[in-house]
Amino acid sequence: MIAFILRRLGGAVLLVFIISAVTFLIFFGLPKLAGTTTDDMAARFAGKSPTPEALAAIKERFGFDQPLAVQYGNFVKAAVTGDTYDTGVEKIDCPAPCLGYSFRTNQSVTDQLVDRFPITLSLVVGAAVIWLLVGVSIGVLSALRRGSLFDRAAMMIALAGVSLPIYFTGLLSLAFVVHQWGLLPPVSYSSFADNPFKWASALILPWITLAFLYAAMYARLTRAGMLETMSEDYIRTARAKGLPERTVITKHALRASLTPLLTVFGLDIGLLFGGAVLTERTFSLKGLGSLALDGVVGSDLPVVLGTVVTASLFVVVANLIVDLLYGVVDPRVRHS
Amino acid sequence: MADKSKRPADMLDGAPTTVEEPGRPPTSFLEVRDLRIHFPTDDGLVKSVDGLSFKLERGRTLGIVGESGSGKSVTSLGVLGLHNRRNAKVSGEIWLDGNELVGASPDQVRRMRGRNMAMIFQDPLSAMHPFYTVGAQIVEAYRIHNDVSKKVARKHAVDMLGRVGIPKPDRRVDDYPHQFSGGMRQRAMIAMALSCDPELLIADEPTTALDVTVQAQILDLIRDLQREFNSAIIMITHDLGVVAELSDDILVMYGGRNIEYGSVDDVFHRPEHPYTWGLLGSMPRLDRERSERLLPIKGTPPSLINLPQGCAFNPRCAYSELTDGKSTVERPELRETAPGHTVACHMAVERRRRIWADEIAPKL
Repeated sequence: MIAFILRRLGGAVLLVFIISAVTFLIFFGLPKLAGTTTDDMAARFAGKSPTPEALAAIKERFGFDQPLAVQYGNFVKAAVTGDTYDTGVEKIDCPAPCLGYSFRTNQSVTDQLVDRFPITLSLVVGAAVIWLLVGVSIGVLSALRRGSLFDRAAMMIALAGVSLPIYFTGLLSLAFVVHQWGLLPPVSYSSFADNPFKWASALILPWITLAFLYAAMYARLTRAGMLETMSEDYIRTARAKGLPERTVITKHALRASLTPLLTVFGLDIGLLFGGAVLTERTFSLKGLGSLALDGVVGSDLPVVLGTVVTASLFVVVANLIVDLLYGVVDPRVRHS
Repeated sequence: MADKSKRPADMLDGAPTTVEEPGRPPTSFLEVRDLRIHFPTDDGLVKSVDGLSFKLERGRTLGIVGESGSGKSVTSLGVLGLHNRRNAKVSGEIWLDGNELVGASPDQVRRMRGRNMAMIFQDPLSAMHPFYTVGAQIVEAYRIHNDVSKKVARKHAVDMLGRVGIPKPDRRVDDYPHQFSGGMRQRAMIAMALSCDPELLIADEPTTALDVTVQAQILDLIRDLQREFNSAIIMITHDLGVVAELSDDILVMYGGRNIEYGSVDDVFHRPEHPYTWGLLGSMPRLDRERSERLLPIKGTPPSLINLPQGCAFNPRCAYSELTDGKSTVERPELRETAPGHTVACHMAVERRRRIWADEIAPKL
C-alpha cells in the first residue's frame, strides 16, 4: 500500500513537471518559430507603452536570448526558491512559490492566484454539493423506475441540462430570477467567514446553473451504472439471501455503482478548481477562470502560464486522491 | 436423518403428477404444480417454463437436466420467487412445507428466502459482492433471519466456513471473495447458503465454473452436508455426470416442459425419450473407444416464443415418423410407463423400449 502511494506520488510530480514544460514550450518556444522577435516577447511582459529601457531590462531578466531550457530552468527555480524582479525602475520581490510577475497588473501571479482561488472554490464546492445530491438521487430513482414517466421526464430534462450551454441558462436565470422577479440578490462574492448567509445567497444562482449541467451528467451516469449493477449476479445473491429490497439497493447496488462515479467526480472537481471559466464569466465572478481568460485576452503570458500550471496541478492532485480513495473503497484495488 | 437406503426402490413420492387438484395442500415437502413462467417481450411471449410439475421430499435430491434455454434456471429462480413480477408472469402453484409461494406476497416469500430455501449459484466470483468480506456476507445472510448480535453471527460464520472445509476459517472470514480460489469460493458460497439451515437447497450448476478436481470435492461436500442437514436438494445442471453422482431422481426438461422423469436408474439405464437418448449419447465417457464418435443431438434448441407444433422435440427427433404423424400435431402428455417413471412421447412404449435396447444402448 505504501509502495502504491509512493509510486502514484512520484508519477504525479513527474506529470506536473511535464505539463509545465509543455506549457512553457507552447508560450515561450512556439512564438519564436512564428517569427516573433525578442522585443515583441518582452513587450508582452511589460506594462502599457513600455520604455526601451524597461524592454531591455525584461529581456535581460527573462533571458529571451538564452536557450529555452535555461529559461525553463529559471522558471522552475523561481517557483521553488522565489525570485526578485529588477525592472530598471524598482526591485520587486516575488517569494516562493513564484510563478512569474505580471507587469500588466503589477502583481505577482501567485498573489493573483491566491486572491482569486476562494471565489472559484466557493462556486465549485457549493455547486458540487447540489449536483451530487440531485444528480445521484435522480439517477438512482430513474434506474429503479426504468421506463416510468418519472424516468422519461428526468432523462429528458437531463438531456436539456447537458445540451444547454451555461451562458444560456446562466443569463436566462439571471435575467428572470434576479432582475425580473427579484427573488435573489445580485450575484457577488463575499467571504464565507464574514457572513455565511450572505455568501450563500449571493452565490445560489451560479451554483444552480453550474450544478444543472453536472447534475444532468451525473443523473445519466448514475442511472446507467445502477442499471448495470442491478443485473449483476451478486444482486441476485443478495435477494436470494432474503434481504429486503431496500437493503439490496442501498448496501449492495449503490455501493458498487457509485464507485466508478468517484473517478468522474475527482476529475470534474479538479478541472473546475482550475477555473469554471464560463460560469465565472457569465456571473462576473472574479475566480481563477476569469483570471485565465483575462490573461489570454490580454496576452499576459505569466498569468496564462501560472493559471495553466495551477489548473493542471489541481487535476493531477484530484486524480491522485481518487486513486488513493479507490484503494480504500474497492478491496480488489487494495490487494493488487 | 433420512436413511435413503431404507426407502423402497419403487417409491413414488418423487413422481410428477399430471392431474392434481389445484389449491389442495400437498403431502410432499416441495410440490410444484403446473408452473408457468412467461416473459412478455417485444418479439412475443417467451414461455420459459410451461406447465412444469414435480415433487421433492426432505433428504432427497432431484436433478434437473436439459440444454441451455430449456428452463432449468428459470424454474429454480421461480421457486425462490426471484423473478421480477413486472416482467415475468408466473402462474401455477409452488408448495413448500405447506406454504404456497406463487400467490404469497413478495414480502412473505422474501422472509422464506435464505431461511427455508437457499441457492448456490454457478459462478461464485460474480455471485459474491466484491466489496464485502466473505464473513460479512455470511453474517448478513445469517442476521437477516436470526436476531443475534454481530459477534454471535461472526462466530457462526467462522463455524460455517470450517464446516465446508475452509482451512483457518477464523482468518479467512475477513478475506474478500477475490482472495479465495475458485473451489474455496464455492465452499464459501455454500457456507453462506447453508448459514440459516435451509430445508431446500437449490444448486444451479454449482460445479460448472470449477476445475474438474475441485468439482468432485464440491459434490462430496454437498452430499455430506445434505446428510447432516437432511435438506432437499434441487441440482440443476447440464452435466449428466454430476446428476448421476448426486441425484435420487432426474427430471429432463425440454422447451420449458418435463419430458422424462424417473429415478437415476430409470433415466440412465431405461430411458425412453429420444431426447434423453441424445443427452446420454453426447456425454463423453472414459469407457468408450476413442475412435467412436459422440452422438450429438442434431439441430438447435427450439425458440421459446414459437415452440414447434405438437411435440417440441419433433424437428430434431430421428423417430418422429414412428408416431403415426401425431408428433407434429399433438403435444404428448406425460404418461407413467413404470412405477415412478414418466415419459412424454407419442411412440408406443414397446417400440421405445425396443429402439433403446436394440439401437441406442449398444452404441453408448
